[in-house]
Amino acid sequence: MDEAATTMTPGERFIETYFNAAVMERYLPAILDGFVVTLQLAVLVVVSGILLGLALACLRAYRVRPLNVLIVCFADILRALPPLVLILIAYFGLPNVGVSLSAFAVIWIVLTLALAAFAEEIFWAGILSVAPGQWQAARSTGLSFTQTLLSVILPQAVRLTVPPLTNRAIAVTKSTALGMVIGLSDVLGAATTAQSFSGSATPLMMAAIAYVILFLPFVVVARWLESRFKWRHA
Amino acid sequence: MTRPSTSSIAADRLVSDARAERGSILELIALHKSYGPLDVLKGIDLKVKPGEMVFLIGPSGSGKSTLLRCCNRLEEPTSGAVIVEGEDITAPSVDLNKARRRIGMVFQSFNLYPHKTALGNVTLALVKVSRLSRAAAREKAMAALADVGLADKAAAYPAELSGGQQQRVAIARALALEPKVMLFDEPTSALDPELVGDVLDVMRKVRAAGMTMLVVSHEMRFAAEAADRVVFMDGGVIVEEGPPSAVFGAPREARTQAFLSRVKH
Repeated sequence: MDEAATTMTPGERFIETYFNAAVMERYLPAILDGFVVTLQLAVLVVVSGILLGLALACLRAYRVRPLNVLIVCFADILRALPPLVLILIAYFGLPNVGVSLSAFAVIWIVLTLALAAFAEEIFWAGILSVAPGQWQAARSTGLSFTQTLLSVILPQAVRLTVPPLTNRAIAVTKSTALGMVIGLSDVLGAATTAQSFSGSATPLMMAAIAYVILFLPFVVVARWLESRFKWRHA
Repeated sequence: MTRPSTSSIAADRLVSDARAERGSILELIALHKSYGPLDVLKGIDLKVKPGEMVFLIGPSGSGKSTLLRCCNRLEEPTSGAVIVEGEDITAPSVDLNKARRRIGMVFQSFNLYPHKTALGNVTLALVKVSRLSRAAAREKAMAALADVGLADKAAAYPAELSGGQQQRVAIARALALEPKVMLFDEPTSALDPELVGDVLDVMRKVRAAGMTMLVVSHEMRFAAEAADRVVFMDGGVIVEEGPPSAVFGAPREARTQAFLSRVKH
């Protein structure tokens, strides 16, 4: 063994450590299962986080003072807190008050709230950036506040929010890897388990590749959305 | 100003009949508007007859635009009444969105919806407010665009149109709702000089069709030629009003004379 190791070139040792074929074959099914879990979480978090953020920004547009105070507090607190703190509080604290959530549910809920907080601020900035003349023109034709918001303001606001929103969505979604600390069998959870059983770093490299495969399409779609939502100019 | 709550529909109709007899389609009564300590409108009384084209002129800061915006409550009057076809649209019970359908407005900066085509700009309120079917809204919008000479630009986005074309689409957007009164807030001030004529032509056409128009504008020559009446405002009050020949030709008030001499340089 020692002899074999010493006769290896540095390149071979690198391959042996990170791309060990036997280890790959052995743990591929577990990593794939983890991949599915991470993919499900990513889609759920993006959809529910953005929808919740959009709903909160729309509510804020009605400028009901007490409601807006709540929305701003929610957004500020959740943007300030590291998601990991909330994950630990929810996973280890909530059972004591009679609420037991699975690791999957905790990650989904916490990251949804975290993304919603950022998304609300981004959508709100977008709504504010639409010229007041747009509101006036729409209202002068008899459109109600809600009709104006939905048909005139949001379509313009959303275009402005696509780049910051996609970046934030990707950043928050990557935090699904935090599920590892509460025993979630996502990509990273499966990989660290495999790493401790095999003593090889190969499963971690497999996880890295899985994340790239998972998130590269997100990044590409984001890029496509950005160009798609640019203004049509003559 | 406050009407007895017991007033029946018949009584309301009497009030509106009385107003109709007096011959005004739009009437402002003791209109005040203040922003904190700043009084912008200090009691405006104005009656506009059906089919009349009234020009509001005056130095900047005189309250012309604020007056115009109070007519459809884009600005909330501090006190006073705005009567449109006999209905006080400042009454708490009034359905403002419904009332606004009768009052078209054209803005200095056009305010077209940039994410919608010219046609989409015109159909939006027809579908959402007038509740027309898509096909009926489209038909009506195309007719309105044809009226302003832009039927061929129906599929164009605002960014693809010149300022003059954008303003004509904005006029079509307001006209398509078949308002009783049209408010024009400096409709040509943001336009390059060579594009002003097209917009004024459309306004002449709208007037010829019998539309009641209240216009804030600095186009004095257009006012002299097209207006039935010119109202000169300064410091939040109406200083002088009359036919353009009188106000422009022989202004009675010193403030009017001073303003006109500055404008005519």
